[in-house]
Amino acid sequence: MHHTIDVEGVSFRYPDGTPALNDVTLYVAPDEKVALVGPNGGGKSTLLLHLNGILRSATGRISVGGLPLNDANLGQIRTWVGLVFQNPDDQLFSPRVHQDVAFGPLHMGLPEDEVKARVKEALDAAGIANYADRISHHLSVGEKKRVALATVLSMDPKILVLDEPSAGLDPRGRRALIRLLESFQQRTMLISTHDMRLAYELCSRTVVLEGGRVVASGPSEAILTDRALMERHGLETP
Amino acid sequence: MTLPLQERYQAGDSALHRLDPRVKVVVTLLLVLAIVLTPERAWPAYPLWWAMTGSLAILGGLNPWRLARMGGLALPFALAAATLLFTTPGEPIIAVPGLTITGAGLARFIAIALKSWLSAQAALLLAITTPFADLTWALGSLRVPGTLVAIISFMYRYLFTLKEEADRLIRARAARSGALPGQRSGGNVIWRARVAGGMVGNLFLRSYERSERVYAAMLARGYDGRMRLLYPPPLTRSAVIQGAVPVLLMILISLLAVAWWSA
Repeated sequence: MHHTIDVEGVSFRYPDGTPALNDVTLYVAPDEKVALVGPNGGGKSTLLLHLNGILRSATGRISVGGLPLNDANLGQIRTWVGLVFQNPDDQLFSPRVHQDVAFGPLHMGLPEDEVKARVKEALDAAGIANYADRISHHLSVGEKKRVALATVLSMDPKILVLDEPSAGLDPRGRRALIRLLESFQQRTMLISTHDMRLAYELCSRTVVLEGGRVVASGPSEAILTDRALMERHGLETP
Repeated sequence: MTLPLQERYQAGDSALHRLDPRVKVVVTLLLVLAIVLTPERAWPAYPLWWAMTGSLAILGGLNPWRLARMGGLALPFALAAATLLFTTPGEPIIAVPGLTITGAGLARFIAIALKSWLSAQAALLLAITTPFADLTWALGSLRVPGTLVAIISFMYRYLFTLKEEADRLIRARAARSGALPGQRSGGNVIWRARVAGGMVGNLFLRSYERSERVYAAMLARGYDGRMRLLYPPPLTRSAVIQGAVPVLLMILISLLAVAWWSA
């Protein structure tokens, strides 16, 4: 498998008629780190939900890791793409941390010992090794965000898709998160964010999405420091 | 102002806290069943049952009198049985014009009230000494259908999130509920009811949308409609023995109740 994301000509309209994506084409190379920026309602979250088939578009074509996204490949693609939602309360639905982290591997049908090993590994990688028995709803936002990340790391995804990973974090938590994400060199990453400095530090390429269209794409240094471009799309330079 | 919602569980390190939750769930169920099935006129059995819940309370590091007071929680529900006072045929003992209370009716009502009070104590004891997460885990490993366990566990998980959301809404309303000197503030009852109704609707919609996002998060991690659990570790011999002792006592009390006092 070569862990790529290949989106071609995808359009999407919500059931109530709101258009959200308009002919989006995007390619992410193996191990590439791409930032997805743009104003609220620009289509960022909608696009992310397409990458493991939670939302399906009738038009266009999506392939992940070389496999076309269709019913037959859905399960395989969901083990490759680790999608972390913006609000950790949506992601953490089990009473205890270790139960949530075990959810993904259990659904992959892995043997018991392997599941336990992966839970431990994921908690270690997220820097919360001693949180296994904690109760999720008692944690702080920063801790919940780390647990949310661990819940997909346990599936060992080659592609990490993160929706607003730094939203709601204090500066220290944000710094720790950036360091943590920097350590994942061997994974493709697509990060939707309003945090321009995070985009600048972590991602080699930045894609601007507005009104459901890709309006700019290029090296982060060029895109994010282009004041005129940033301001035209309601963004600011880092 | 925040809504009063708190967990019953009280952290501790008593023998009851340490006992395997599966054993606690089974013993509690059997205890409630045994209490409920006690013949109604086996009066001496009731103090014995209370001695049992009281002793278990002490094992759980709880004051049995306090548990007895908490058990009163169930009494308003026992009022539903109040009609039995008048409808059970038998010797009338009190006659108010239009209504007669029979001896049999009184006995039945008192038995139901006592049984509710004792069963509530047994259930409270379980809830106080077992974290909710362990309870749902125990239900799951006792082969209660996964969907049911998942619903219970989701309810518990999001009850607190929902409460926080409601608290925020109430706080937002309070922050904008000013009053001017000399002016009647707060509007009329209908207007206030409409505001409160809007808040409830708002809360429902937020929860509904959250449920869709939670489901999406589950799908993203491969959920296919079946809940899966790690295989539970086997029960230890000492947990089984500790569970067997109260069960034997229960059988003894039940046999006494049936054979002796109901004759």
